[in-house]
Amino acid sequence: MSSASSPAPGFLAQLPRGKMAENVLHFVRMLRAAGLPVGPAKMIDALAAVGAVGIENRDDFREALAAVLVSRSEHLVLFEQAFDLYWRHPRLLEKMLAALLPKVQGRAGDAAELPARLAQAMLPPPRPRQETLEQETDLDATFSFSAREVLQTKDFATMTVEELAEVKALLRRVKLPLPELPVRRTSAAPRGRAIDVRATLRRSVGAAGTLAPLRFRARRRRTPPLVVLCDISGSMDRYARMLLHFLHAITNEGDRVHVLTFGTRLTNITRHLRQRDVDIALAHVAAAVEDWAGGTRIGACLLEFNRHWSRRLLGQNAVVLLISDGLDADAGEGLAFEAERLAKSCARLVWLNPLLRYAGFEARPAGIRALLPWVDDFLPVHNLDSLTDLAKALARGPTRHSGALARAA
Amino acid sequence: MDSQRTPAAVPATVDATLALLGQHDYVADRRLATAVFLALKLGRPLFLEGEAGVGKTEVAKVLAAGLDRRLVRLQCYEGLDTAAAVYEWNYPRQMVEIRLAEAVGGVERAELAHDIFTTRFLLRRPLLQALSPEDGVPPVLLIDELDRADEPFEAYLLEVLSDFQVTIPELGTIRAAAPPVVVITSNRTREIHDAIKRRCLYHWVDYPDASRELEILRRKCPAASEALARQIVGFTQRLRALDLFKAPGIAETLDWAEALIALDRITLDPQTVADTLGALLKYQDDIGAITPDVAARLVDEAQVARAGA
Ligand SMILES: Nc1ncnc2c1ncn2[C@@H]1O[C@H](COP(=O)(O)OP(=O)(O)O)[C@@H](O)[C@H]1O
Ligand SMILES: [Mg+2]
Repeated sequence: MSSASSPAPGFLAQLPRGKMAENVLHFVRMLRAAGLPVGPAKMIDALAAVGAVGIENRDDFREALAAVLVSRSEHLVLFEQAFDLYWRHPRLLEKMLAALLPKVQGRAGDAAELPARLAQAMLPPPRPRQETLEQETDLDATFSFSAREVLQTKDFATMTVEELAEVKALLRRVKLPLPELPVRRTSAAPRGRAIDVRATLRRSVGAAGTLAPLRFRARRRRTPPLVVLCDISGSMDRYARMLLHFLHAITNEGDRVHVLTFGTRLTNITRHLRQRDVDIALAHVAAAVEDWAGGTRIGACLLEFNRHWSRRLLGQNAVVLLISDGLDADAGEGLAFEAERLAKSCARLVWLNPLLRYAGFEARPAGIRALLPWVDDFLPVHNLDSLTDLAKALARGPTRHSGALARAA
Repeated sequence: MDSQRTPAAVPATVDATLALLGQHDYVADRRLATAVFLALKLGRPLFLEGEAGVGKTEVAKVLAAGLDRRLVRLQCYEGLDTAAAVYEWNYPRQMVEIRLAEAVGGVERAELAHDIFTTRFLLRRPLLQALSPEDGVPPVLLIDELDRADEPFEAYLLEVLSDFQVTIPELGTIRAAAPPVVVITSNRTREIHDAIKRRCLYHWVDYPDASRELEILRRKCPAASEALARQIVGFTQRLRALDLFKAPGIAETLDWAEALIALDRITLDPQTVADTLGALLKYQDDIGAITPDVAARLVDEAQVARAGA
């Protein structure tokens, strides 16, 4: 993309002079409607930026608007699509919308299509079609209580397509409150361990001649990193696809969440999940993960994690969530060894297993027996309620290798 | 250095900005130059985000040189606090002062308290230095790798960037006569809060395309022959297309070029690549991924590209 001065003289020739500001403002509004976080203050900035670079060079004009209106690299694609569409025919918005519509209303699964949000933002507001769209996306508002109750406890694997869509919206709101741990920053604290020289000195002056009582500081606290290892093999398929919505939400919320998938191989999908737009993010995940719904080699994948990722991701008292049914094609070979290493490299190893939904669950398969002795918590993960329980369990703090689990194995 | 210095004028156009960067051997693409130009023109902080080694820090250094201003650098790290970033009292000297006053006697407590919390006992850290420069010329303030600091520092920084002033309880508020040129970088190991970015002009610094990378090599590593430089660029460009944990940045390309020259290599071959890969890739699993086969293929492709160029 060598953009080195491609002047495109008069690319805005169609635009009457006085209309420039109006069009910039309209463009900003459109971006906001499409979901870019551009506040009203950005309007003034955008006008100032355009004023500074002028409109002789299309690339400069675009970069000026981008510098002001974009604040995350993953929004650049959306911005550039919008820019190209909008400024190609600045006066012919209606025409452009017409050209755009059939594309967007086409098949939903097309990842390369223009993000649906952008299309929606470009639609003139009063249209019956958009109302139905809103109903679909804003489910929570219309949810009746009893319907929600049913969904809370219903197994992901037995849900209808509609129910799955509804639950995805709810999944995005589950929060995982890890208990806070001390970090290197300090703040004043009466029972702190380190002496606060500054505060002590101030007191000393006030009490010159006598011995001033010492002041103290203590370490501040923050939540530890969270690393999720999610089994996406055939037996986990339904659950994994749902949980990705949940994982996308928690990855975007905290800066210290990492997600890797495994089936026959290990894939770090954190980068893809950081993409704000859930549709784009999951499309990227689908493209990156090569072993969807295939076999499971848990031991081999944990080995890879231990060897290549553990040191980088498991610092600062990290908590590991292992999401898997524990059904292993390698019959647990090498698994116990790697599970032990994993457990010893993190502060807490939580195993989420959808099989736990069965009342008569027995830890018979070899994979499960190899893993169990090393996990700190063993919890179900088949419906919304179980995720809420997970949140509660995490908030309670660690229970290092509880004896009950070892005995259950 | 004259204490009444007036700062050099900021470039008047995007082209002038591009030229200014070029004069100091920074080969920018036009988009980056536009963002830099706007930041200077509108007096806004410039937020540069991108992978490590793509030339973010260098922008601030080159701007300082080009605008003839001092570079004040705040390197961020986990646990960075105001005592390291803004100011700290010089406790040992204060302590001595208190002892002296006690020994001599006759000094009022209130007076002493006033005396030891004056600028004489103040240690100025980068943010404060940037707001009250000794020579009166607003410097270039580089806040490097902000993603390494933790969120509470970001909140503090946001305040500083909002009105270019800091408050020291014992002294009062210190306000910049003229705001510094601010460049913030992030390697994006985590997301920086949107509130900070909103105050800034944002630019994503991408890996360079082949022609820009070649130009950078010519400028920064003139000892490399044209033929070798082209092969190096062809190879690194292809390497970046692979699925690596950490693709090489410009810094690594330059390191690699230096290594090849030091070994007197005038052309690339798979064995040379294997011997020197450590200059280009920083993770063992990435180095492991470049098997002799892969290296041979990339070398071939780089040669072909050269012939075609
Ligand atoms: N566009 C460029 N022109 C010239 N040299 C560059 C350019 N980009 C990077 N470099 C060189 O590459 C090295 C790494 O750049 P640096 O600014 O430290 O990267 P970053 O801060 O993004 O990690 C430096 O030696 C710098 O001089
Ligand atoms: Mg740097």
